[in-house]
Amino acid sequence: MSPEIHHPSDRQLGRIAYRRRQAIRSVLLAALSTAVLGTLLSLLITGAPGWERVKQSFFDPEIAREFLPEILVGLWLNIRMLVVCALCALALGLLTAVLRTLRGPVFFPVRAIATIYTYSFRGLPLIIVIYLFAFGVPGLRLQGTPSVTVLGGAAIVITYGAYLAEVFRAGIESVHPSQIAAARSLGLTYRQSMRHVVLPQAVRRVAPPLLNDTVALQKDVGLISLAGPIDAIRAAQIGVAQTANFTPYVVAGVLFVLLALPLIGVTDWVTLRAARRQNAGT
Amino acid sequence: MLLTCTDVRKTFSDAVVLDDLSLAVDEHEVVALIGASGSGKSTLLRCVNLLAQIDDGVIELDGEDITNPKINPDVVRRKIGLVFQSYNLFPHMSVLDNITLAPTRVHGRPAAEAKAQAMEWLERIGLADKAGSYPDRLSGGQQQRAAIIRALVNSPRLLLLDEVTSALDPELVGEVLTMIRDLKGEGVTMILATHEMGFARQVADRVAFLDKGRVLEVGPPAQVLGDPVEARTRQFLARIIEAGRL
Repeated sequence: MSPEIHHPSDRQLGRIAYRRRQAIRSVLLAALSTAVLGTLLSLLITGAPGWERVKQSFFDPEIAREFLPEILVGLWLNIRMLVVCALCALALGLLTAVLRTLRGPVFFPVRAIATIYTYSFRGLPLIIVIYLFAFGVPGLRLQGTPSVTVLGGAAIVITYGAYLAEVFRAGIESVHPSQIAAARSLGLTYRQSMRHVVLPQAVRRVAPPLLNDTVALQKDVGLISLAGPIDAIRAAQIGVAQTANFTPYVVAGVLFVLLALPLIGVTDWVTLRAARRQNAGT
Repeated sequence: MLLTCTDVRKTFSDAVVLDDLSLAVDEHEVVALIGASGSGKSTLLRCVNLLAQIDDGVIELDGEDITNPKINPDVVRRKIGLVFQSYNLFPHMSVLDNITLAPTRVHGRPAAEAKAQAMEWLERIGLADKAGSYPDRLSGGQQQRAAIIRALVNSPRLLLLDEVTSALDPELVGEVLTMIRDLKGEGVTMILATHEMGFARQVADRVAFLDKGRVLEVGPPAQVLGDPVEARTRQFLARIIEAGRL
């Protein structure tokens, strides 16, 4: 049986037509104001007295073409570092957050170390950590010291792990105690309750801020160039030194933005979904 | 006696919630706890389940002192089911996964067997088609019945029901009460904290009236609810009747 087709009344048809006219008006208005603002901005920039000089030294297509391949090779290092660092930092953050929730006197030192770690490394500038790791650790002259790339990566992981740990901890604390009570009342141990009940809910809830921190990590991976490995930024820097022109930096910057877009898109999508889900719940 | 609470005391900072409370429950018995909000009904259930630590007295299950600090509370809780006022289903798991979590993880039963048992229960109460749904897709009554199954599949020696119908819309209370009535028919030992006096009268073997953390009066429903001895019980029942809830 098909449901009876509903014919809207004249009054409703009038409302629909009015709303459609309003929608078209809004789109036209938005287009107009965007065009006006765009024109003004471009006039302001290109009309500036130094624009020709800036164009030459920052937006030279010849130089961009010349150094793009080398910057792309460097970017491949950034991408690999990004994947490895993000995964390690997420794991370290989760581990630290869980350690901070442990109760009982046996775990006091563990709790204390985890707390000191999150407090200190959130305050310490990443650049300093990279310098300490990449130049300080090899200075110890220990056998089997890893390469500066690995050391720089470790600096990034340790710094971001501290931020991510706090995000995870906020998620863990946002799970209502009645959920833990329900889990424990079924006979689940503390560990099982964490593993099956608390953490899955916590991670879902903090997925948007976690991804946001991952986007930040993505661009900070470029700071590894300070330690010496030839990544996209380092490759661009070499180009800048050779040509006395800043275009390679702009190329690297554009590539970093392009690299970040997919992850930013995913973050927005996850955030939107989380918001919808929260509103759907009663 | 299956459960014996003797002189149980529980305080929250300086408020005495359970004041030398004593209560014994026999196997296959259903005991209804009634009393005003704050009289200690929920706290008593939480103490029996070891979710809250008592400050004095002793609670024994099957003759074993479960308030002995040397005992592993996880092992005790395996023998006691608890159903909450606000269901507390796990929102990130399907109804089926909610029910099979403890059988598989705590009792080490094979997944297929746990699933079959869960489906059997869900079919009995007409929720088999909701097995794959998440809790937020279910009505309150359906969630609460799923929560009762979640506790029951562990075959607890004792089932604690903490005002399980208080959060439900009136038209959904019936389905949950019917389920509890069926459980009584099967001999499940239950302690239920409740505001449903009519239901307590029907299903309970004994009714205990709690007042200021003590059992003031306990006996057959007809006596406690119909012809109470204590003045405070009469006062409480008079207020319930006034509110049209008896």
